[in-house]
Amino acid sequence: MLCLGIEGTAHSIGIGIVKDLKNKCQVISNLIKTYHPKQGGIHPREAANHHANHIADLIKQSVKKANIDFSEIDLISFSKGPGLGPCLRTAATAARALSLSLKKPIIGVNHCVAHLEIGRGTVERCEDPVLLYTSGANTQIIAFAEGRYRVFGETLDIGIGNCLDKFGRGIGLEFPSGPKIEELALKGSKYLQLPYSIKGMDIAFSGLLTAAEQYHKKGEKIEDICYSIQETTFAALTEVTERAMAHTEKNQVLLGGGVAANKRLREMVEIMAKERDASFFVPDKLLCIDNGAMIAWLGVLMYESGIRMNVENSFIDQRFRTDMVDVTWRE
Amino acid sequence: MGFDVVEKRRISKSYRIKEIDSQLIYYRTREEAKLISEARKNGVSVPIIFDVDQEKGIIIMEYLKGKRIKDIFNKIGEEERANICKKIGISIGRLHKNNLIHGDITTSNMIYQEGKIHFIDFGLGEINSEIEAKGVDLHVLMEAIESAHSKFSNFFKYVLDGYKSEYMEEAGSVIKKIDEIVKRGRYR
Repeated sequence: MLCLGIEGTAHSIGIGIVKDLKNKCQVISNLIKTYHPKQGGIHPREAANHHANHIADLIKQSVKKANIDFSEIDLISFSKGPGLGPCLRTAATAARALSLSLKKPIIGVNHCVAHLEIGRGTVERCEDPVLLYTSGANTQIIAFAEGRYRVFGETLDIGIGNCLDKFGRGIGLEFPSGPKIEELALKGSKYLQLPYSIKGMDIAFSGLLTAAEQYHKKGEKIEDICYSIQETTFAALTEVTERAMAHTEKNQVLLGGGVAANKRLREMVEIMAKERDASFFVPDKLLCIDNGAMIAWLGVLMYESGIRMNVENSFIDQRFRTDMVDVTWRE
Repeated sequence: MGFDVVEKRRISKSYRIKEIDSQLIYYRTREEAKLISEARKNGVSVPIIFDVDQEKGIIIMEYLKGKRIKDIFNKIGEEERANICKKIGISIGRLHKNNLIHGDITTSNMIYQEGKIHFIDFGLGEINSEIEAKGVDLHVLMEAIESAHSKFSNFFKYVLDGYKSEYMEEAGSVIKKIDEIVKRGRYR
């Protein structure tokens, strides 16, 4: 089965085409176009306009790159949520148009679950992982339990990426700030104490953000602040992930989301996994960030397990929570 | 007296830098020992503490032979489950009445022994009188029940019943705060 997936929850519009290969996912094409605000953070309507401007071309390019004909596509999948309303609607509208014109079924999928399934689908031996999903908006620790993907820990206020971006914006870095902060952190060496906020398996960042901004006002070296932010937030993320692994008695950990590109975060989680004799997995970078291939792949899993949708009920859901999805494709 | 003892040792995690690691170990060991003794004084079942070494991160305490609530929760009958939840609520109410915040109330951190529920693992706790801290504390348990015992997530209401009966003064505001914390979360 060939599926075309459309991702459009936030700042990126992505078109991916995947093929089902004996329960593993073969990515045939995966193109992403990202909106960069001229100033400030993501403006939902401007992001949606950006997506609308690029989506048709991106679909054509993706099909061309896959070296297939439109008629060969069996299924259209789109990101139903969670995300920014205008962006979700743009992606869903494109999906409906494609579904109607190609006369192929449509299916809407949960973006967070897609991050986990693409890991299981493309990474060898990754079968039943605890996912540490870190992006701009999302920070969740997700694992399969009692028939669903359940959120064992999550941020109580803002996502880790959002925390990094907000700090970056305050000191004049461009969006997204994570990569630049990672670079600056490499040159830092003095640890400045920051709030380490864990509540059970949940985590909070807003207090830390304020404290980091205070250090900046006081004139501390920016490299040291970046170093301290990374060390503190990533240690806390790694700790709650480890707690979730102990709690769920699972011995695989998977990274996903844009912040998973950070080498220091990868290193910490990898060390944690090694010390508890667990396996550590991270998908290819293009499959970690928001992308269409993961949406396509989850569409395949759902469709093949018998789930059906039609254009009339292909709604979006801005607050589509991970644990609302009935996981029919897993035992 | 013939107690079995256990040594709880907080081990260094090499994924985090020394500055964070040693501080967390020192602070959590100290808080845990302090909170456990305070809890005992106020009539909450906890292990007896025999010795504490904050620098090394070691607490020597009574070994509890019972079963984790997590392991029995899904297997017992409705009535017993409701009863256990009420007892849990009473204990939490007693902790909160005395401004003791556990910090990690999950069914993994409760041991059922001879009809009593013992609370362990106070390492993420603190002494705090704020309604917010108490709300977050209960919210952790609510989430733990929803994720590890999803079929019985409605039993959280019995926890609240027990809580209300023990901590009449503030239970109303704390429970209201839980709703607020849920709504503050993403996608609620």
